[in-house]
Amino acid sequence: MEMEAATALGNLIAQAGKSIGAGAACMGIGAAGIGLGVLFGNFLSGAIRNPAAADAQFPRLIFGFALTEAMGIFSLVIAFLLLFA
Amino acid sequence: MATAPDPIHQFHIERLIPIEIGGVDFSFTNSALFMVLTVAGAAAFLLPATQRRALVPSRLQLSAEMLYEFVAGTVRETTGTEGMRFFPLVFSLFFFILLCNLWGMFPYFYTVTSQPIVTVALTVLVIGLVVVYGFWRNGLGFLWLFVPRDIPVFILPLIVFIEVLSFLSRLLSLSMRLFANMLAGHITLKVFAGFVVSLGALGALGIGGAVLALITTVALTGLEFLVAGLQAYVFAMLTCLYLNDAIHPRH
Repeated sequence: MEMEAATALGNLIAQAGKSIGAGAACMGIGAAGIGLGVLFGNFLSGAIRNPAAADAQFPRLIFGFALTEAMGIFSLVIAFLLLFA
Repeated sequence: MATAPDPIHQFHIERLIPIEIGGVDFSFTNSALFMVLTVAGAAAFLLPATQRRALVPSRLQLSAEMLYEFVAGTVRETTGTEGMRFFPLVFSLFFFILLCNLWGMFPYFYTVTSQPIVTVALTVLVIGLVVVYGFWRNGLGFLWLFVPRDIPVFILPLIVFIEVLSFLSRLLSLSMRLFANMLAGHITLKVFAGFVVSLGALGALGIGGAVLALITTVALTGLEFLVAGLQAYVFAMLTCLYLNDAIHPRH
């Protein structure tokens, strides 16, 4: 009877820990936001200086956006794993 | 009978036609069905588009030519003329992943690339090809890939170790990028769609919130279409970059 109460308490603590971890993992999404801001800001400052060359680099910008966004999504997947699995 | 909105149920694999051979499960699942639909969709688009080979293309042939030129330009830019032998592979990967992602955007349809086993299989194909072709073409000179140019000799062992680790991590990152984008996108869509229902159930006050959640869901669906195309492009582009590493290992 005490064992059941102990495992129930252990499960509750584990569940609480998972929820806290899921919230902590969302800091990675903010970090991805910072990275995206740096990327697009640098592209814009270069594009305003040299608009003729900007369109040629647009595919590279989109490629960089996808890679940076992927890191934020990795941390989101960790959060989902903690919440739902 | 009220069930809480469950964002995970959409990834459940159902056996449509159970087939078991020697204890191994070869069932035709909903994942397999959508892979078949992807190939059927690709064939239904490309075969009629390239049938007539007119010099002045029709709209359909023009769209197929634009797709071809887009991928061919990417391959030629990153790998050079020798890498064009990999163009059929890159085009197939790009179109397969694009169609798999797009099929998943319809309601109640299953997204093939939202399962990690599918993306890992594609990644193992690409990285395996890079390693095998790299050694076949360059012999042991392929290992020059891990030695960047102009590095002071005394930190060279550390740099080589880090380069090897980063090469091995390509397996993880390439597969997980596609999988995570599809998984996270669809879960977010389902969660916000669930908000529409649960806010609307709150009565008159909740209707405003439900409308807001509906607008967010529509905006997210648009974003998901962008991500579907973008992730296919990123996978194809990274494949080209890794193949360039196999063709030209010395930096």
